[in-house]
Amino acid sequence: MSIRIYVPRDSGALALGAAAVAAAIACEVIARGLDCELVRNGSRGLCWLEPLVEVATPQGRIAFGPVTIADVPSLFAADFLHSQRHPLCLGPTEAIPYLKNQERLTFARVGVTDPLSLDDYLAHGGYQGLQRALTLSADAIIDEVGESGLRGRGGAAFPTGVKWRTVQQAAATPKYVVCNADEGDSGTFSDRMLMEGDPFALLEGMTIAGLAVGASQGYIYTRIEYPHAIAALRAAIATATARGYLGARLRGTERTFSIDVRAGGGAYVCGEETAMLESLEGKRGIVRAKPPLPALAGLFGQPTAINNVISLATVPIILARGAAFYRDYGVGRSRGTLPFQLAGNVAHGGLVEKAFGLTLRQLIEEFGGGTRSGRPLRAVQVGGPLGAYLPEAQLGTVLDYEAFAAIGAVVGHGGVVIFDDRVDMARQARYAMEFCALESCGKCTPCRIGSTRGVEVVDRIIAGDTTQIPLLRDLCDTLQHGSLCAMGSMTPYPVRSALDYFAEDFGTPPS
Amino acid sequence: MLETLAGPTLQTVERLIAAKRQLPGALLPLLHDIQEALGFVPPAAVPLLATALNRSRAEVHGVLTYYHYFRQQPAGQHVLRICRAEACQANGAEALLEHARRALGCTDHETTADGAFTLEPVYCLGQCACGPALWIDADELHARMTPEKLDALIAEKRSAT
Repeated sequence: MSIRIYVPRDSGALALGAAAVAAAIACEVIARGLDCELVRNGSRGLCWLEPLVEVATPQGRIAFGPVTIADVPSLFAADFLHSQRHPLCLGPTEAIPYLKNQERLTFARVGVTDPLSLDDYLAHGGYQGLQRALTLSADAIIDEVGESGLRGRGGAAFPTGVKWRTVQQAAATPKYVVCNADEGDSGTFSDRMLMEGDPFALLEGMTIAGLAVGASQGYIYTRIEYPHAIAALRAAIATATARGYLGARLRGTERTFSIDVRAGGGAYVCGEETAMLESLEGKRGIVRAKPPLPALAGLFGQPTAINNVISLATVPIILARGAAFYRDYGVGRSRGTLPFQLAGNVAHGGLVEKAFGLTLRQLIEEFGGGTRSGRPLRAVQVGGPLGAYLPEAQLGTVLDYEAFAAIGAVVGHGGVVIFDDRVDMARQARYAMEFCALESCGKCTPCRIGSTRGVEVVDRIIAGDTTQIPLLRDLCDTLQHGSLCAMGSMTPYPVRSALDYFAEDFGTPPS
Repeated sequence: MLETLAGPTLQTVERLIAAKRQLPGALLPLLHDIQEALGFVPPAAVPLLATALNRSRAEVHGVLTYYHYFRQQPAGQHVLRICRAEACQANGAEALLEHARRALGCTDHETTADGAFTLEPVYCLGQCACGPALWIDADELHARMTPEKLDALIAEKRSAT
């Protein structure tokens, strides 16, 4: 019987040599006359073990990693298809604690299936959510999503059901569904992993959104820096369309839903939803003033449901398993799970999907295994470049939207970037201002000009003029209160938190 | 005076525009197609795009120059994009970028004297668990980069060209 060998096609694995490993394995299989099927799966999210090669056995999938091209001959010599004696063997994949201790709902299939195989998707519960949605009224779909407690996973955490209701009740037509896949936050890669590792889940979620709000056209706006995700999405769309899961007469009904993938141009601010709409319309990505809400006057001036990749990819399981199933995970007003991403100077970097409610310390120590360098942890930035830097003393904070808001921080898109004790927090504050200056769309003066002034003020502080610190704080206030979108209004988060928690790096007594 | 496009370049641009001009919000897809085909978007393509999309030349120029990714001059044979966002910084991205500048003898956004490499800083490639990361050519990514691995990559690319 043919033995299945899995070598990920996820770009994170490719960046560590997976393509060469897959080719070497294929050569060995031919040279040895073996009967094997090579499957290019998504990534399990155990990024530090990539390329993670798996072998399907009667006892389940057995993992080996990290595998380099030089390890391939020895794997075959050790008969890794039937034996676990090779030193790189990690045992049954599902029993690896990092994976076993997760609650994978949105990422249930990622790393398990062949992302481009619709049959594999269907065999693993795919399109059950859409099947059910097609039997429900739009109101009932929105009720289900609302009752699940799902909140926008892009970072703003707005209730998805409320947003969809607004679009559904808008009178104007046509309406659009736009997936915000412009995942520009450093430290985040869950959107990328999902698009590369389970693209049909996103297509299914968007199709359900289309049924709910009354849209027949969807757009995925993603990053040109994600070429592998773009390719995976386009391939999945072609397959889904050919098999009647997209396009006219969806699953034999009278409904139509089509999806087009659009790539941005390397502008971070286009992750802001109104700038993204401008970009989709073929314009410069300049932020729009709200109101009007995009739900009422969004893409091309029409009612538009804008949701993040993870929000949309979570919708199918909510429809398939019911709102209560999803709502049972989580704490307080943060229901369900969030795919956290452990990044930066971390020993075990990767994707950890957990119910809200664990602490930052649990995430970093129990999953992350501390710093990669082995040096003491000094700072953690949660929520991307606009998120606060937290010191060791704050690691007890519970990962839910409200607990983070209470300490002046954000969970955002779930990215956790770890720094060891070599980090200079004044440099990080300067970088936050520099990044804002580089990426500001220019609409709001405090953001456009204030960021450049901010770099200059931090430079003076670094040069030893601590009297400039109050000026930097004033500037942060101006940015926060005088900017339309998060670019300007949240750049103060990393800057202020650096000042508050790491005063010694600014030449002032430790806080 | 703006140069005009001629010959095969003109034909390529016209063909690409004709294929997508009817798309809603066609400008970014067209700029991507032109850059993919030619390696850059010639300023002389701006009036053609403006006419086809019924936009002003100023608007098209504004879009072309707003987005970091689009370039108006040819790049080197290999565009080397090194991530300098926070997660990669935590693993030495600034030192890697500095090493690249020295190794290539050019600074950010510049092309090496022999035309082999263009160096671009980028802000996140989604490889944040295994930084520092870089992106070269169409879709080739490298994670956990070191100055030594970068030297090897540069040598490999040079010998292949």
